[in-house]
Amino acid sequence: MSAGGSILRLDDVHTDIGQYRILHGVSLDVPEGGVHVLLGRNGAGKTTTLRTIMGLWRARSGAIVFRHHDITAMATPDIARLGIAYVPENMGIFGGLTVEENMRLASNDGSFDKGRLDRIFALFPAMQKFWDKPAHALSGGQKQMLAISRAILERRDLILIDEPTKGLAPSIIRAMIDAFREIAKETTILLVEQNFLFARSLGATVAVIDDGRIVHTGPMAELAADEALQTRLLSLSLEAHQ
Amino acid sequence: MKTTLARLGGVYLLPVAIGIFTLFLIPTSTWLTLTIAGLAMGMMIFLMASGLSLIFGLMDVLNFGHSAFVSFGAFIAASVLAALSSWVSGGSAALNIAALLLAVAAATTFGAAAGWFFERVVVKPVYKDHLRQILVTMGALIVAEQLILAIWGGVPIAVPRPAVLEGSILIGNVAIETYRVFAFLLGLAVYVAMYLVLRRTRIGLLIRAGVENREMVEALGFRIDRLFIGVFMAGSALAAMGGAMWAGYQALITPTLGAEMMILVFIVVIIGGLGSIEGSLLGAIMVGLTANYVAFLMPKMALASNMILMMAILLWRPYGLKPAVQK
Repeated sequence: MSAGGSILRLDDVHTDIGQYRILHGVSLDVPEGGVHVLLGRNGAGKTTTLRTIMGLWRARSGAIVFRHHDITAMATPDIARLGIAYVPENMGIFGGLTVEENMRLASNDGSFDKGRLDRIFALFPAMQKFWDKPAHALSGGQKQMLAISRAILERRDLILIDEPTKGLAPSIIRAMIDAFREIAKETTILLVEQNFLFARSLGATVAVIDDGRIVHTGPMAELAADEALQTRLLSLSLEAHQ
Repeated sequence: MKTTLARLGGVYLLPVAIGIFTLFLIPTSTWLTLTIAGLAMGMMIFLMASGLSLIFGLMDVLNFGHSAFVSFGAFIAASVLAALSSWVSGGSAALNIAALLLAVAAATTFGAAAGWFFERVVVKPVYKDHLRQILVTMGALIVAEQLILAIWGGVPIAVPRPAVLEGSILIGNVAIETYRVFAFLLGLAVYVAMYLVLRRTRIGLLIRAGVENREMVEALGFRIDRLFIGVFMAGSALAAMGGAMWAGYQALITPTLGAEMMILVFIVVIIGGLGSIEGSLLGAIMVGLTANYVAFLMPKMALASNMILMMAILLWRPYGLKPAVQK
């Protein structure tokens, strides 16, 4: 990704899970503003990269810098309070709480800013409709909308989103694309995806990760226009499994 | 049919069903006495179990040392009541009640302080390691029981009961023990307070969220470790309060009181569903009622009946009646 004006920088980050090394020196610059995509096959290290940024798994070595803060060894709540929101692959919804209670947890002081709430309801009308319903009763797409609504309830500088389209119907995915474009007007998004078509429609820049290393970075338009490059990078998964 | 039952109360109908079923087997006046006894016993077990359930649910900690707080609560309350014997046996109802409330308050305060120490020293080093949790909390339980032996001795201790709570209230030919009514009302008040804290406050919201997904609560910017300490202290304090009330109920206590109660406490936590206060109350009431009805009908089956109840419920609902986490 671009080197100038980055909001987040990972420098030679290594992460182990148990006895296995998952990230083998990930280096990545995420420019400020817009949607930036981290692509890769299953098991390439995408989720581990996001979790390491959030401090949910510890980097064994290397450095992670968010704006001017070295967050490599920071506790997860402190990282979140710097202005980074995280939407995990499983969405992290509290099923026993209502939609309202889920949202209230994301509020800094437990209250809602009407302007921001109205904006969320405009993006995802289902949130208003099911406001007082338990979150476990929502559909998969609605849960994803709730997870994203929670991430944007307060002004955040960076949102990390892990595979938001997984298991969603095409109509929901189209709604997500519109929503992400709107959200990206005020916030930087680092999006982890396997769905190249979805990623291509949103991403300003792209990084491809394989076997715990970044193997390509550049503008999304460049990758979208170069079929040979796509074939080479996106077939890594096939090679890895052969 | 399923929807109608759910509308009528769902699983909350189970204690009612147990009550109605046994009404056909037990004479009415005896049934009423047993029902009040079962409800009072249930409420005292609820006090002991609710904290353990939250600790299980929020912190994923298997605390086999929980019964130490029950035992200490019982012995501290017994000592306070003995020290205030003139209040306990005097003619003033206000002083009688004040003595019991002071005893319960002393036990509860000790439980909270000991809970803080226990969490920091014993439990914190073994978070995320269930095997070591079992070993160290069992070890701590043995140490606690030995401490009780050293302080209070091995001889059973008689617990003076406040004069105003001695005896029974007679309604027709039904005798209802006054102490049981008091224990039931105290348990109910604690349940209502816990319910309000969990449902109406931000800290309660965080606890409920933490029971479901600790990691996500942290990712939202909250220090879950501070919640852990608070919940552990509250859980230990409630266990001690339950022990204090149980001491008055039993009137004679031994250092193994807590360990003996833990069988029922674990049954309640499992029946109710981990991390659920409503589940703990429901489970405790069912266990209390079943223990009393079966002790009357088939005395030798009293404990086994609750084991059977637990197995039946787990076969029907593997995560308990009201699990905090929706599967």
